[in-house]
Amino acid sequence: MQPATPKGPSDFDTFIKGLWKENPVMVQLLGCCPVLAVTISMRNALAMGLATTFVLVCSNILIASIRRFVPKQVRIAVYILVIATFVTIVDYAIKAISVDVYKALGAFIALIVVNCMILGRAEAFASKNTVWKSLLDGIGMGVGFTFALVCLGSVREILGSGRLFGIDLFGPRFEPWGIFAAPSGGFLVFGGWLLFFGWLQARKQARLQGDAK
Amino acid sequence: MNATSLPFLFVDALLINNFVLSVFLGICPFLGVSNKFDTAWRMGVAVIFVTFVSSLFAYGVNAILVQWNAEYLRIIAYITIIASTVQLVEMFIKKTSPALFRALGIYLPLITTNCAVLGVAMFQTLRDYSLAQSLVFSVGSGLGFTLALVLISGIRERLDLADVPAVIKGAGFVLIIAGILSMSFMGFAGLGAGE
Repeated sequence: MQPATPKGPSDFDTFIKGLWKENPVMVQLLGCCPVLAVTISMRNALAMGLATTFVLVCSNILIASIRRFVPKQVRIAVYILVIATFVTIVDYAIKAISVDVYKALGAFIALIVVNCMILGRAEAFASKNTVWKSLLDGIGMGVGFTFALVCLGSVREILGSGRLFGIDLFGPRFEPWGIFAAPSGGFLVFGGWLLFFGWLQARKQARLQGDAK
Repeated sequence: MNATSLPFLFVDALLINNFVLSVFLGICPFLGVSNKFDTAWRMGVAVIFVTFVSSLFAYGVNAILVQWNAEYLRIIAYITIIASTVQLVEMFIKKTSPALFRALGIYLPLITTNCAVLGVAMFQTLRDYSLAQSLVFSVGSGLGFTLALVLISGIRERLDLADVPAVIKGAGFVLIIAGILSMSFMGFAGLGAGE
């Protein structure tokens, strides 16, 4: 290893890129299954976001600290075992904290193991960077993931059941828009957000090109 | 139909609660591998096989874990089973059919992180399925995954020829199509509802 890398991205860049520029869900399309499955309500979305962030940060730290001792051939197996260990911890922690949330998330807590975002960060970032950088990267990506969950969860809960965090917003005369709570609503809302972010990106590029001229 | 009878479980996993379109499992390959019809169905066949074998092993391992009071090892045990099954399938296909092995390419190892496979193993444990039920459930969900993949790849191949505005091209568009497809699958919800 080189003694410090002054040319590399700053700590702040490492942290902030997961939020927007390299958002794991909206830009890289990683870990889409929980994004679609648990976002019927904000409570579930936040719980899932926190659980995934915890697993991501812990596994990033551990993988970054053992990265020099893991032989290249078995690294994927080692990463998956590390992730599975932390997911087991989260699984039991959520069961102990709130049985309601545990029942609502169901098998999707166990399925954090196969969230490609976590394995992707382990392979692409934590296995090549210091513990401190990996910690920042994990937090940034985790917050970005939670942000995407909240984007979907808010739209689907407000339109699908007229509530936010379980509090009625529109009074008794509101007719819930059932399709948004149904599975197809998940696809439609997610697709809508992706189109929106794609449009923002296209507009920004068009403006940059206009400035260049 | 009885809710736990084998034919019902099969139809339920295949159509009513389709793994991709209703339960949201295996979205990553659904978005990533679905632009060509050819790769889509090959991927589907590989997933059916891996799901079946890992479901069989997961049932056995779960019985052992329960006997030893070691259920907390379940997630780790299952993911190890799936990873080794994928490895076995990879070696087997490489030996018997190098052509298929080349066609599947990178998608074969990626099955390990396909949530549909782990999903089948977790669901069969959570719902206390018997061995026969687990196997029928695994084949049904594998076929359901293949069905969704084949459907969307067919649509995407046609869309390549269509005149789509540049702004909405990309993953967002595929998801909207998936939403409409999922809406049409809601129609199967009535299946088996009447006794």
